[in-house]
Amino acid sequence: MAETAATATPETAGETDDGIRRRDFLDIAAVSAAGIGGLAVLYPLVSQMAPSADVLAASTTEVDVSAVEPGQAIKAVFRKQPLFIRRLTAEEIAAANARPVSTLRDPETLADRTKEGREDMLVTMGVCTHLGCVPLGAAEGEVKGEFGGYFCPCHGSHYDTAGRIIKGPAPTNLEVPEYEFTSDTVIRVG
Amino acid sequence: MSFPWAKEYTPTTPVMKFLDEKLPLPRLVYNAIGAGYPVPRNLSYFWNFGVLAGFFLVLQIITGVVLAMHYAANAQVAFATTEHIMRNVNWGWLMRYAHANGASFFFIVVYLHIFRGLFYSSYKAPREMIWLLGVVIFLLMMATAFMGYVLPWGQMSFWGAKVITGLFGAIPLVGEPIQIWLLGGFAPDNAALNRFFSLHFLLPFVIAGVVILHIWALHIPGSSNPTGVEVKQESDTLPFHPYYTAKDGFGLGIALLFFFAMVFFLPNALGHPDNYIEANPLSTPAHIVPEWYFWPFYAILRAFTVDFLFIPAKLLGVIAMFGSILIWFFLPWLDKSPVRSGHYRPLFRKFFWFGLIPAMIVLFICGGAPAEEPYVMLSQIATAYYFLHFLVILPIVGQVEKPEPLPYSITEAVLGEDKQAVLGENVKPAV
Amino acid sequence: MTKLLSVRLVAILIGLGFALIALYSFVIGAYAAATEEPAGHLPYEKPRDFEFSFEGPFGKWDIQQLQRGFKVYDEVCAACHSLKYVAFRNLEQIGYDEGQVKAFAASKQVPGIDPNTGEATTRPGLPTDYFPSPYPNNVAAAAANNNAIPPDLSLMTKARGDGVNYVASLLAGYQEPSAELLAEHPEAAPGPGLYHNPYFPNLNLAMAPPISIDGQVTYDDGTEATIEQMSIDVAAFLAWTAEPTMIERKQTGWPVLIFVLFATVLAYLSKKQIWAAAKRKKD
Repeated sequence: MAETAATATPETAGETDDGIRRRDFLDIAAVSAAGIGGLAVLYPLVSQMAPSADVLAASTTEVDVSAVEPGQAIKAVFRKQPLFIRRLTAEEIAAANARPVSTLRDPETLADRTKEGREDMLVTMGVCTHLGCVPLGAAEGEVKGEFGGYFCPCHGSHYDTAGRIIKGPAPTNLEVPEYEFTSDTVIRVG
Repeated sequence: MSFPWAKEYTPTTPVMKFLDEKLPLPRLVYNAIGAGYPVPRNLSYFWNFGVLAGFFLVLQIITGVVLAMHYAANAQVAFATTEHIMRNVNWGWLMRYAHANGASFFFIVVYLHIFRGLFYSSYKAPREMIWLLGVVIFLLMMATAFMGYVLPWGQMSFWGAKVITGLFGAIPLVGEPIQIWLLGGFAPDNAALNRFFSLHFLLPFVIAGVVILHIWALHIPGSSNPTGVEVKQESDTLPFHPYYTAKDGFGLGIALLFFFAMVFFLPNALGHPDNYIEANPLSTPAHIVPEWYFWPFYAILRAFTVDFLFIPAKLLGVIAMFGSILIWFFLPWLDKSPVRSGHYRPLFRKFFWFGLIPAMIVLFICGGAPAEEPYVMLSQIATAYYFLHFLVILPIVGQVEKPEPLPYSITEAVLGEDKQAVLGENVKPAV
Repeated sequence: MTKLLSVRLVAILIGLGFALIALYSFVIGAYAAATEEPAGHLPYEKPRDFEFSFEGPFGKWDIQQLQRGFKVYDEVCAACHSLKYVAFRNLEQIGYDEGQVKAFAASKQVPGIDPNTGEATTRPGLPTDYFPSPYPNNVAAAAANNNAIPPDLSLMTKARGDGVNYVASLLAGYQEPSAELLAEHPEAAPGPGLYHNPYFPNLNLAMAPPISIDGQVTYDDGTEATIEQMSIDVAAFLAWTAEPTMIERKQTGWPVLIFVLFATVLAYLSKKQIWAAAKRKKD
């Protein structure tokens, strides 16, 4: 920069070293300030794409599960995604507990995936952990897959009665969201 | 293009050499706004506003794209999504206030840019094309701003859309079908809101394209300057970088101080309270006004209150309002004074400062005021002067005026009387 | 040359034409103005200045005041006016905790759907719900209010000039029209179902004085609930509902302005340094 100025006006060529240094310092400071300002502007521009206040506020859902009979499942919506709530029969619980955990891709017991005392209530996200399709098996008459749990038709992932991945490309079990029983019949998710 | 002493771009690193051979973008920038563009050395701060206008165009595009991520162009929810942006979206209030005030600042700097062009006759040969493209940009800006103001779907949005499209209804015979076609209905509603949103998103990019042409056309003759004397020699110019990049950087800082002061502390000062009331087709605001930057033209529109012969007053107003800008297209051929700068034109200067500027101020005030006396009468006199100034006074003054003596060169004007002593052997003749 | 001259001749003729037609309108208008009685405006008063704590570049909310104003809204205004852009959860910003917000939300009925029959019904509100409207729709609102629909209050202070002061002045400003006013403007007498208020541009509005006696609302913080105090407090609350981010905005503004000022000073010094070389020739 100092060089350009000097060639434009040759009589400045005799400038002292000190003068040039001071000029460089000022130019660098001014350009840096502009750069910092530009970077600071990026913050709101990036942040505006994050979930807005109303979306964050709507991130808990309460579901009444009193009407779910053993062997049935209901679909609810949690954070705009399907939530499967399934009441297991005694046979389904037994089938899940009979499977050796060490053989699983994502080792978890049924007890790990349910609340104490309510092992019959399996609450999972209805989102296949492979690429996010909605697995079948929650609604009446849907295919439940080879292991009687859920089956994702997109790429053929089979989940067992505890929602654990047994066969197919999905890497992990169906996600169990944070939830709690606020009463015997109502769960609050999120 | 450019002057023989313009410095040539020489890539230093292998990467830049590669780039220069395959896609000489750095060379283009160097020659456009770098050291390769020689600029008259005597430009005043009035020459800052072109760069500032470019800055605000970019700011509008960035904030506008962000707002479009959250806004929904549907009459049912447009107002609510605007409030959603203000209340729920992270930094949404900042984006919206920056966009709304950014439009005002874009117009402020463009008006100062036009003012500079009018006083220093920047429209004269060889710069006619720059001026013509500038008028095109201004017309596009007006269309964009008008459609943008409709989007929040407040009371002023709705009634502004109704009144402005109603202008087309003044056209004889085909007016009403045109108005209905523009709105896609009989009153502004979803159809109008959606097309306005679509065009409001598109037009800024068209403006950006015309801005590139505007700058391209500028680089053929080079910038004008406050003396109006063309560049003759190398000592008349300085390289754009670092001299004018530094000056524009400082100018941008000053502009941003004003801009942020408005955005953070007076964000609604330039807006109208009625636009915080959701559009209601059954209730007209007591006093419909456009945004402040349209006030002078709105005053011209409303100045024609009486039918003339067989022409209805409404049509006269519409013709005059559009005509008041369209006559700018003819300016290079109306003002034929050989002298450019108002500094050396005593008669022109008088009409400019004591005629045009007061007339514009009066039109501005009247455009924002309710349609009652004395504003209507004042706007009529000012409108008459406005047309006389551009169409009658400028052509005649150009013929009869005796200009003051011009300096020999920009160098002489800047550095003093004795050009030989100052310039020495540094003088190179221009082509 | 002759061609160019003719361009200018045409321009001069067009210019004279526009000017003459504009002046023709002027003459007719001036004649009318001189001969006709001008339509006078009713004299209404500018809002009083209450100097709210959140005004000015350093302003801050007075949380106690917002809570008092919220109580006035809830007990008085909410009977007729909606607040549709404000959610119950927003109340946490004016100093209520999660439990209080939940309890308040649950005390309000919001529109819902019966899960068994699918019929429209109401249910207790959740923090994520927005303040419910007192009327199911505009027709019901008009029918219940002598055809004057009570406007939504969320944005009221932004939707009027000098809005906060206006709302406070209006609420505290109901009075009988003065004798002088009626003598000068007989048309200013309130018609049936209208109430006189010197701050309202028409002088007469359809809203009966909502805050009519001292102590109408019992404040939790012991502040004396005079008519004026309640008017000021609810205006402050509505300033918050109109722009909950106002204080955040002002507080962001200062560092931004200081930084830009600093950068501008640097830019100025840098510009001076760079231009020193070009200016030196003057010596």
